[in-house]
Amino acid sequence: MSELIIKNGFVFDPLQGIKGDRMDIAVKDGKIVETSALSSPKTIDATGMTVMAGGVDIHSHVVGPKVNVGRLFRPEDKLFKSPHKSPTCNRMEMGFSVPSTFKTGYDYARMGYVFVNEAAMPPLHSPHVHEEIRDTPIIDNAAMPVFGNNWFTLEYLKNNEIENNAAYTAWLLRATRGFGLKVVNPGGSEAWGWGLNCANIHDPVPYFDITPAEIVKGLIETNEFLGLPHSVHLHCNNLGNPGNYVDTLESLKLAEGYAPKNDFGREQVLHLTHLQFHSYGGDSWGNFESRTKDVMDYVNAHDNITVDMGQVTLDETTTMTADGPFEHHLCSLNHLKWANVDVELETAAGVVPYIYSPKVKVCTIQWAVGLEIGLYAKDPMRTFITTDHPNAGPFTRYPQVITWLMSRAARDETMKTFKWLERTIDATSIDSIDRELGLYEIAQMTRAGPAKALGISNTYGGLAPGMDADIAVYALNPEDMPSDPAMIEKAFSRCAWLIKDGVVTVRDGEVVEEPAKRTVWVDVKVPENAQVQRDIYEHFLRHYSVKLDNYSLFEEHLHNPRVIEVDTTQ
Amino acid sequence: MPKKIENVGCPYCGVCCDDLVVTVSDDGKQILEVENACAIGNQIFHHATGSERVKLPRLRQPDGTYKDISYDEAVDYAAKVLYNAKKPLIYGFGSTNCEGMAAAAKVAETAGAVLDNCASICHGSSFLAIFDNGYPSCTLGETKNRADVIVYWGANPAHAHPRHMSRYSIFPRGFFTGKGHKSRKIVVIDPRHTDTAQVADIHLQVKQGHDYELFDAFRAVVRGHEIPEEVAGIKRERILEVVEIMKKARFGTIFYGMGLCHSDGRNHNVDIAISLTRDLNDYTKWTIMAMRGHYNITGPGAVWSWQYGFPYCLDLTKKDIAHMNPGETSSVDLAMRDEVDAFINIGTDAGAHFPIEAVKHLRKHPWITIDPNICMASEISDLHIPVGIVGVEVPGIVYRMDNVPIQYRKVIDPPEGVISDEELFERIHKRLSELEAEEAAKGPAKAAPEGVRAEE
Repeated sequence: MSELIIKNGFVFDPLQGIKGDRMDIAVKDGKIVETSALSSPKTIDATGMTVMAGGVDIHSHVVGPKVNVGRLFRPEDKLFKSPHKSPTCNRMEMGFSVPSTFKTGYDYARMGYVFVNEAAMPPLHSPHVHEEIRDTPIIDNAAMPVFGNNWFTLEYLKNNEIENNAAYTAWLLRATRGFGLKVVNPGGSEAWGWGLNCANIHDPVPYFDITPAEIVKGLIETNEFLGLPHSVHLHCNNLGNPGNYVDTLESLKLAEGYAPKNDFGREQVLHLTHLQFHSYGGDSWGNFESRTKDVMDYVNAHDNITVDMGQVTLDETTTMTADGPFEHHLCSLNHLKWANVDVELETAAGVVPYIYSPKVKVCTIQWAVGLEIGLYAKDPMRTFITTDHPNAGPFTRYPQVITWLMSRAARDETMKTFKWLERTIDATSIDSIDRELGLYEIAQMTRAGPAKALGISNTYGGLAPGMDADIAVYALNPEDMPSDPAMIEKAFSRCAWLIKDGVVTVRDGEVVEEPAKRTVWVDVKVPENAQVQRDIYEHFLRHYSVKLDNYSLFEEHLHNPRVIEVDTTQ
Repeated sequence: MPKKIENVGCPYCGVCCDDLVVTVSDDGKQILEVENACAIGNQIFHHATGSERVKLPRLRQPDGTYKDISYDEAVDYAAKVLYNAKKPLIYGFGSTNCEGMAAAAKVAETAGAVLDNCASICHGSSFLAIFDNGYPSCTLGETKNRADVIVYWGANPAHAHPRHMSRYSIFPRGFFTGKGHKSRKIVVIDPRHTDTAQVADIHLQVKQGHDYELFDAFRAVVRGHEIPEEVAGIKRERILEVVEIMKKARFGTIFYGMGLCHSDGRNHNVDIAISLTRDLNDYTKWTIMAMRGHYNITGPGAVWSWQYGFPYCLDLTKKDIAHMNPGETSSVDLAMRDEVDAFINIGTDAGAHFPIEAVKHLRKHPWITIDPNICMASEISDLHIPVGIVGVEVPGIVYRMDNVPIQYRKVIDPPEGVISDEELFERIHKRLSELEAEEAAKGPAKAAPEGVRAEE
């Protein structure tokens, strides 16, 4: 197969500690190799450019039922907002905040991303998720089934049966071809089955009589019992409400005393996602304020936690989450259309359009809260860039988020557009932070860090020989960074080159090739467990509306799999 | 020994029963017995092997008869029709799998066609309401496990969705509904005394075409307002009684059908039904669901939403951007205005369902029918291409009325040589791409890509 050498670029690879050295990166047969292993490679001249591993997104809603509801019920998201088809791409690209699968793949590739972790897969809908993965070009996908409101999980954890819960978890990962344990508003989404919620992490779930705190701790124990690549991935209780930083701190503290146990280089036991939505003070929208400092002080002091930002981008977007009660609450605030999908025995999702306006005080405070997370981070290997796509903004705004983090001037420029600038400054610390992140830190927050937290840093997120040849080259010279922050944004929006699996995929910001994409999933071997088998049989016999044999994904609906094996029987 | 195949999905209605047991003869060629299916589903299976099937594509001859041709010839004919047409329409899809829908979309995009499905003449008005007002819904298992109040409004599942009531709504015992029928209140709202109304605790015989007013009265009462003595033919006390039941429910589901979508008010009826559901969620838990007709008519809405962002009425004629505007880009309207110059009817019967004027206009141009069976459309077509029956001879994913994907199996092989919808469209796409490439080679080279697309 083909050989390739990327010559003379400034290489940023935090997994190897390479900080902008001028180096050549060699590619052979889809893998990165030593330069000496090449015989007659094609050369890409990266002189004066930045070279990083392909980007890794730890949390993004890109495929599956609620994403598709967002597409279906918002024709306005396409109108005047879709580009014309690129002559170099196979398919049309439609939509803005919830792009079509094709646009999703192309846009991630243009930004230099190669791996995207779908943040929430309702297990019952896994065939739908995998159909959309098939139609998302170029990028490798994984998808995390949701566990935090699953009846099996609630019953096992209530009885403190970690081993049984682990056996069920392994079964469900295989049935759905899933990647890891997602937890959304633990207990609260089950309560939403009755139109209720869990007010805090000690508020018991109706009927099941277990608290959100017990669910999270039980799932952390399950996850480490199994030794999965990724940790528990938590969207904690009380999202989006003034004063919720208290609940967030309590949720973070649940990880205390737990240490990671895995063979994948992962060092955290809990990933708390879209922290921006969980770092609010005040007790009403009137005195709404940032409490990022309190939350990030805790995160910075505890190595067994990772977080991602969930940065508000000040766009009109579409919120969607398996936090059913929250979406109902949101539609009572903005009175826009509301879709809801309660999924039997498993979860409950909602979808509501939302406009983050620079003219609305709460929105501009949210914007500041998100950036404070990135700017207060002591360890960028544990703090990742996301927009909780599309909840706080579309993923296509990552280049803008990077620019805000890298440039005080860019932040000031944006703040000038705020109607309630003074009040935003009063309610946050954003104006007092001068920190500007560098390219190395951006590489940590967008590829090395997320790859490590996902437990896939032996394959993705770095440039060491033996890893996948996924390489992004950006037209940015670290020795001569542009004074205009808009140029940084431009460079990250359209990479100069993207090599995916050793194939030149993007060139000058255009997709020129569509190499086969993969579905990454985790196959856990556990000892036979007769009780769990019987419980599964019983629930399907009596309570599910589909037959057990039709629930597990058929092999023919899994597309180009890459399986990560975990064996707990040894 | 005959072989029993279990957990088979049924290719009839949107209930998507997946508990059928089909017995197949020793040689795998005959379907002997179908268990658990309703009478209609049963018939679909038996029809597959118990009747004479069309096994080759048939092309209309100048004398009006059909002549058998090969699949290659049929693919070539279809590709040339699409290639030469200015505005072809590809319509149907209620009865095929999602793989076929995805392949057809690829053809439509390359050909620059209008792509539409049966929702256009069915639950399209639901889509319009959903665009405006959302869709607070749930999966059918939620209703089974939790619901203590069920409302059927303008729907008659006893006939249209025979096992809906027994599998999901009225009769089953679920996790929190262990007493089954005994623990549920059933309300049916319909101008006719249907067989579904027979099993209801309360039947409100709404005046035909006055559903919107009745919804309005419901909403007024939910919000604590006065209403007149009688609304839409229903006495005030009855309305108050039903609203009280709905407000006191632990969990309720409104199932609605064509009675709302296709009576006066149409999308507005659905819109206010959604608003009522929203209102009720201020008190307790309520959900709403469209009684989608065919087993996979929910499918194209899902597949094309992830591919283009629109569920139906997709105008892909510009080839580089999709556009949806029901009324302008909907099949019947296009046909009535005679804007379409080629027509592919797939997995449905436009010959039977479209207004005769629309059929007459479409009939002026090449008409291709893709369907396993002989139907009205196949009998007036220029070309009829037979395909395998999804769920019987072809496996694949279908979407139940609640958007849950169900993986269908095949129980027998299709008649020898007969291919699937997916394979057929893939072959048409390949041939179409060849035609385009030949044309491109003849004419001036297409403009080369210019690098970064101007500042989008």
